[in-house]
Amino acid sequence: MTEPLLKVEGLKKYFPIKAGILGRVKNYVKAVDDISFAVQQGETLGIVGESGCGKSTTGRMLMRLLEPTAGKVFFDGQELTQLSNDEMRKARRDIQMVFQDPYASLNPRHTIEKILMEPLNVHNIGDPKERKKKVHEFLEIVGLSSYHAKRYPHQFSGGQRQRIGIARALMTNPKLIIADEPVSALDVSIQAQVLNLMQDLQQELKLTYIFIAHDLGVVRHISDRVGVMYLGQMAELADSEALYEKPLHPYTQALLSAVPVPDPEFLREEMLVAGDIPSPANPPSGCRFHTRCPFKMAICETTVPIFAEVEKGHSVACHLYEESRPQ
Amino acid sequence: MKEPKRILDVKGLQTTFFTDDGAIPAVDNVDFHIDEGEVLGIVGESGCGKSVTSLSIMGLVPSPPGKITEGEILFQDKDLTKLPERKMRNIRGNDIAMIFQEPMTSLNPLFTIGDQLREAIKIHKRDWSKQQIQDRAVEMMKLVGLPRAEGLMKEYPHQLSGGMRQRVMIAMALLCDPKVLIADEPTTALDVTIQAQILKLIKELNNRLNTAVLLITHDLGVVAETCERVIVMYAGKVVEEGPVNTIFKNPQHPYTRGLLESVPDMRYKKERLYSIPGNVPKPGTIQVGCRFADRCEFSFDRCVQEDPPLYQTADDHKTRCFLFDPKEAAEHDRTAVKS
Repeated sequence: MTEPLLKVEGLKKYFPIKAGILGRVKNYVKAVDDISFAVQQGETLGIVGESGCGKSTTGRMLMRLLEPTAGKVFFDGQELTQLSNDEMRKARRDIQMVFQDPYASLNPRHTIEKILMEPLNVHNIGDPKERKKKVHEFLEIVGLSSYHAKRYPHQFSGGQRQRIGIARALMTNPKLIIADEPVSALDVSIQAQVLNLMQDLQQELKLTYIFIAHDLGVVRHISDRVGVMYLGQMAELADSEALYEKPLHPYTQALLSAVPVPDPEFLREEMLVAGDIPSPANPPSGCRFHTRCPFKMAICETTVPIFAEVEKGHSVACHLYEESRPQ
Repeated sequence: MKEPKRILDVKGLQTTFFTDDGAIPAVDNVDFHIDEGEVLGIVGESGCGKSVTSLSIMGLVPSPPGKITEGEILFQDKDLTKLPERKMRNIRGNDIAMIFQEPMTSLNPLFTIGDQLREAIKIHKRDWSKQQIQDRAVEMMKLVGLPRAEGLMKEYPHQLSGGMRQRVMIAMALLCDPKVLIADEPTTALDVTIQAQILKLIKELNNRLNTAVLLITHDLGVVAETCERVIVMYAGKVVEEGPVNTIFKNPQHPYTRGLLESVPDMRYKKERLYSIPGNVPKPGTIQVGCRFADRCEFSFDRCVQEDPPLYQTADDHKTRCFLFDPKEAAEHDRTAVKS
């Protein structure tokens, strides 16, 4: 097996909760608590989970837009968390991000040309003439026209803006693109266009994606492998086919059974989980899902389950599968 | 079979917004009805007029700039568009109630849950005693499945989670036994596991109380799961109407077909998603002809020259597309389904 493009080990992010006039740290929100995974060159890893599960925080930590509390991130032979700010800036040439809100992630006072030129200026790529050419080239690649370069963001629709966001991420020829909910603000018909564009670009430019989303249908469509997060931890990680056809973790099962399917004759296997997601400031002891889990055992309340492989390429953190693990 | 009783009848509704760019009809000549006890869904993408339709029924269109310019909304033989505000207030919340998308912004953060529930009853039931009001509020809290109802009455909205807040909103909407409940994207802001709980609750309450539900959503999965009949809207017009099974199994309008094709289905993987080319037109830009013509792969000359009417293609199925005009059927093969 080849060396993965990105490898994450024991990544954590604790946000302090401050209280009182002195601002003493009272407690921590454990937004991401010890997750590990790897991404192979050319694949798409989907990360799903409900709000507050830490999926966006994870994405931001990989780029060090948020400083990890602990853990290591290996990218293309470098350990990113040890780099100085200057070195990190250079490393970001190879890791780019596409954001959720195409209305908020483009500066309304800049023309599209200026927005797309920015990454080239920052990384000092090419001379002004080449940069301009490249802007026009990438506008065409994402399905817009070069005459759009002189326009401002408000002159575009949501779908077109997301195309611009993708073009901006591509300007530096990155190896890895982290897309944080790139289609959740878009209408269904536009969402399909953007998903198709992302798949085409991946083939043409040999890109690797980390695709963070809450929509399980979208994630299945685009991902080769999928990780399911719950309250800051990875509950299950497997090939997309295996995860959707044979989910092991009770949370994954519940999540899949809760998604409304666009087919009125489809009879679902009902598995409603009761209650709400507990607060990440005060997560349940043991397995974090035990408060809502229909298969809860005594051990779940006391011991944190280990996240490990049950079958080849299929990892899960659940006490139900402790025995079936290869020793 | 007994003919179901019509409870709400919308006829030729047109709601226009008068802006600096001229008069823009957000809802244009919309007809539909809701029968007693049924769940009717309205689906469509942003800007198709589904929310303005519901606000028009409630008499809540922001005015100015909006105004109901044509049509009537018949509820119990009264035309709601002609009622004075004072009478409308008696109907709103009492006979027709509404729940909104964002449960945080629709509750007042400065008052307890109890205060807000009691206020809603006080307005409509002036002769009730304090104890009666309190009992009714607690009863509704229990009905929507909220734990420790009495305790929650003393809490403030920020102490509740999103799913609980939406349950409170539903309880509040049902306080006066409305005949119609309008739910505008009730689960869009919620996580899937919570969404499943809320949809189940809405269906249960519909069964138990026989309240008709008008469910407005952009999510075709939610429609398939919850509704009996569906209306598909596009650019301010109804483009297709029919029972949920027919619409999903045998969609007729090219827009409906495209929309269904472009949803990624969680149950299997498609190699490539179908996508409708182009964008939703800006409201008011297309004056003549089918609103969908420039994105439609079946369009022909007539589509841009005339407005298509709603063709009755079966007893309970209507489609606004010239392909279903008996005269056109010979020339245009509407069954040619794209891959």
